[in-house]
Amino acid sequence: MSRPRIGWAIALVAILVAWQAWVRLRDVPDYLLPAPTDILAALRDDRGRLASDAAQTAGEMLAGFAAAVGFGLVSAAALHFSTTLRRAVYPLLVASQSVPVVAIAPVLVIYLGFGLAPKVAIVALVCFFPVTVNALDGLRSVDPEYLRVMRTLRGSRLSIFRRVEVPWALPAAFSGARVAASYAAVAALFAEYAGGSSGLGETMQTATAQLDAPLVGAAVVVLAALALALFAAVSLVERVAIPWARRAA
Amino acid sequence: MHAVSEIVVADATKAYGDVAVLDRVSLEVAAGETVGLVGRSGCGKSTLLRLIAGLDAPDTGRVTAGGAEEEAARLERCALMPQADLLMPWRDALGNASLPLENAGVDRRAARAQAAELFAELGLGGFERARSWELSGGMRQRVAFARTLLAGKPVLLLDEPFGALDAITRGEMQEWLAGALHARPRTAVLVTHDLDEALRLCDRVVVLTARPGRVACELDGAGPADPAREQAVEALR
Repeated sequence: MSRPRIGWAIALVAILVAWQAWVRLRDVPDYLLPAPTDILAALRDDRGRLASDAAQTAGEMLAGFAAAVGFGLVSAAALHFSTTLRRAVYPLLVASQSVPVVAIAPVLVIYLGFGLAPKVAIVALVCFFPVTVNALDGLRSVDPEYLRVMRTLRGSRLSIFRRVEVPWALPAAFSGARVAASYAAVAALFAEYAGGSSGLGETMQTATAQLDAPLVGAAVVVLAALALALFAAVSLVERVAIPWARRAA
Repeated sequence: MHAVSEIVVADATKAYGDVAVLDRVSLEVAAGETVGLVGRSGCGKSTLLRLIAGLDAPDTGRVTAGGAEEEAARLERCALMPQADLLMPWRDALGNASLPLENAGVDRRAARAQAAELFAELGLGGFERARSWELSGGMRQRVAFARTLLAGKPVLLLDEPFGALDAITRGEMQEWLAGALHARPRTAVLVTHDLDEALRLCDRVVVLTARPGRVACELDGAGPADPAREQAVEALR
């Protein structure tokens, strides 16, 4: 293990030990703050329920994230090609980010029902923005020297886009995708809060109502694991897809 | 002077904002001729090259390539090799060189095969799959030159191709370029701030004054004792 990773592990263990000691020594009731061992026990006892919840939430995260990446990249390309569209839509896009998800989630549930659709839509809405903005920035930040040299090398608008702008923008698009990946879990949680009958969000809601804090903690741990897994997966795809990005920098 | 002028620059003036870069520059390059463009940094050499290439238009005056004045027509006749090699890190060396062929609609495999033949000739054999960060400065410039040649245009515009190289590599690359241009004669304009380099590689050398660039003098392969050379050295001072 490299040095920064050791540091990370030591910090985590220290926090867990301090937390455990605090709860046990002060006799904190578990509905206020469950000890790490209580959460561990909940993870073990409720593993069946948590696993099916995790599958549900992971499905929403993945579908929403994939939709956001797809729509985000297409939108970024469209905004890149059309100045008129960019001037008209971009400010609205930025403004749309100030609308809280909690406010629009119930509306989407009314429109799309209680199934998978509103959850995927909410995750996609949240993840769409960082992908679009980063990809668009990438497309627009190409070194103009590259564009000039492409023009003297018989490059049409389309071939400049395909052979220079898209590869140039990929590292930025991946940064956006990583940010989006880290939002996806919380977005899925909001979606399930707004109208879900299963998933980690729904379990958290019922467990909170029943003052079952260890189960809430267990669901949070699983959700964090899902978020980390999606983030790591995106980073892995980035490494494989654009190995030159780190070397050329 | 040769009979047919491939490039004609007549009284071209160019300014960026308030900064006058070129001041009534006139220049002719005959078909098949190699002309050096020498001047101090910032004297407008690269700007002049961009005007010829069809990437920009003069404020006043005329620039033609192959008799045509429209930017698109100049772009059609000239290939520019920029100062920085501008190889694309997402493509291997062969992929970089074959770029203009792919741009022209040649199938990727055929384009690579065509580039591979040139690689062997230009001393790049064995480096086909190398990425830009794996190549030395000199090799990168060779790949960039191969890319410029494969654009298949009658005019080559070389903008300080060896500016970023160390002295030894630079000397080697000058010899290499002389050989490459001799093997495939083209009309070429070579921009450099090194008078000796220009005299070694070019049929004729045009010296520009400091900004705003004007033509100070012209030399036809002047020897060390030539008074024209003295004049050129004076203009560059």
